[in-house]
Amino acid sequence: MSENVEKYIKRKVYKGTNSRIAEKFVDAGLEKIRACINCGTCSGSCPSGRRTAIRTRSIIRRALTGDESVLEDIDIWLCSTCYYCYERCPRDIPVTDMIIKLRNIAVEEGHILDPHFSLANDIFWVTGHGVPANGEANKKWQDLRVSFGLPPLPPTVHMHPEAVKECQDLMRSVGFRKLMDNIEEKKAKEKAEAEKEKKAEE
Amino acid sequence: MNEKKDLKYGFFLGCVAPNRYPMIEASIRAVFEHLGAELYELEGASCCPAPGVFRAFHIPTWLVIAARNITLAEELGVDIVTGCNGCYGTLRDAWYELEHEPELKKMVNEHLAKVGRKYKGSIEPKHVVQVLYQDMGIDYLKGFVKHKFSDLKVAVHYGCHIVKPSDKRPWGGEYECPTFLDEIVELTGAKSIDYKDKFMCCGAGGAVRTAVKEVAADFSREKLKNIRDAGCDIIIDCCPFCHLQLDLGQMEANSVYKDMIGEPYKIPVVYITQLLGLAFGIDPNRLGLVKNHNLTGVSPFIPVEPFLKKVKEQLT
Repeated sequence: MSENVEKYIKRKVYKGTNSRIAEKFVDAGLEKIRACINCGTCSGSCPSGRRTAIRTRSIIRRALTGDESVLEDIDIWLCSTCYYCYERCPRDIPVTDMIIKLRNIAVEEGHILDPHFSLANDIFWVTGHGVPANGEANKKWQDLRVSFGLPPLPPTVHMHPEAVKECQDLMRSVGFRKLMDNIEEKKAKEKAEAEKEKKAEE
Repeated sequence: MNEKKDLKYGFFLGCVAPNRYPMIEASIRAVFEHLGAELYELEGASCCPAPGVFRAFHIPTWLVIAARNITLAEELGVDIVTGCNGCYGTLRDAWYELEHEPELKKMVNEHLAKVGRKYKGSIEPKHVVQVLYQDMGIDYLKGFVKHKFSDLKVAVHYGCHIVKPSDKRPWGGEYECPTFLDEIVELTGAKSIDYKDKFMCCGAGGAVRTAVKEVAADFSREKLKNIRDAGCDIIIDCCPFCHLQLDLGQMEANSVYKDMIGEPYKIPVVYITQLLGLAFGIDPNRLGLVKNHNLTGVSPFIPVEPFLKKVKEQLT
């Protein structure tokens, strides 16, 4: 039994697989992806797939076979993480968690949508909130709070600048700042190259 | 008579409730006080961090910041309670991972030590609805109901992360068809109406709303159609982000998909503690149900007045 687990499930590299992404999955402890039988229960349960091109089965298949194009595909960002695929998978693959992990790998490689990068870098990093209410631009939300008998700002990071700094210290320590800097650098480089190309054409 | 219970919680606010839908925060505070529960402030709490975006960007960051938020309640020696499915998902999943994987706990504590904190694992993250249903219980709540609505048809929307992933949730593995929220709603005399795909996602989560708003709005359009077809008066939910998507997203669906929709949707969206509070006889002002019309461009975007008008006739 356990010999077969070593032989078939946990085996690091097997024939016909471009293993870079597959390896990353294994490193992340997600080797269960190899138990996928391509039944499509995930795709059939997916509310996003009813209206977009996301096909969960295909995402998992492409990740499994090391098709790197999956990292650049916007489809992985159209999963609303409703967890139906996770719950219903007959092979007990935590599918939604796989997609989250796949997104982590995509971001590491610099594939992140502009609104997501801005949310992480310009809002979460700066304020400690994902949806902030501080500052003059958000005055109407403070007024709304007051109209319900609440203080203008909640007792969160908004009232504690030292807590914002503490979160930033933690994010620096765990590698979030570096990740953001790398993406910023990559985006700037891509922009400069695109401009150069445009000039060359002219 | 209502028995006295030891109900003390650290109130984790999150982002959307305090900063965009403060009526939700106000109603939770009012109802919990009414029920004899004490809410402690978690001073300096941050974003949970949101599971669909920040967890998807960098899992270690998500875990460390979530652990920091949990330590705020640990310092006070109370369980965390949050009214948001997203925050619940993050805090509960992070808690679950830290309780089951010693290596992760060690990693997290190495980072937390740098800011003088330590994750101990001494408390449990709970949802407002979990506290209502499990810590207090239906019988306890029943004792507080003062008014019963005789004619109110409700579309109950659970949202995803209050029930899923079911192995990390306290509902005994049930995820296809839970009933706990319907039971709370029906305490008020309101009727929970079955509608097609009742447990379908609102569309906002998982970074979808931030990525492509039109996709999120299309989820909502489908939900709203099923809710209208079933003849419901209002939507009751238990998550500020679903609330935002079903309220503001209702406006967006009306505009983006107007050719498909016909008559624009205007279904009031009400948070569970707002409805409960009314049934308990709490002043609608304290439940954030009375809008200050001097404020423009703020929530709720779909007026709740038709709901208030309808139940006023029944509140005798």
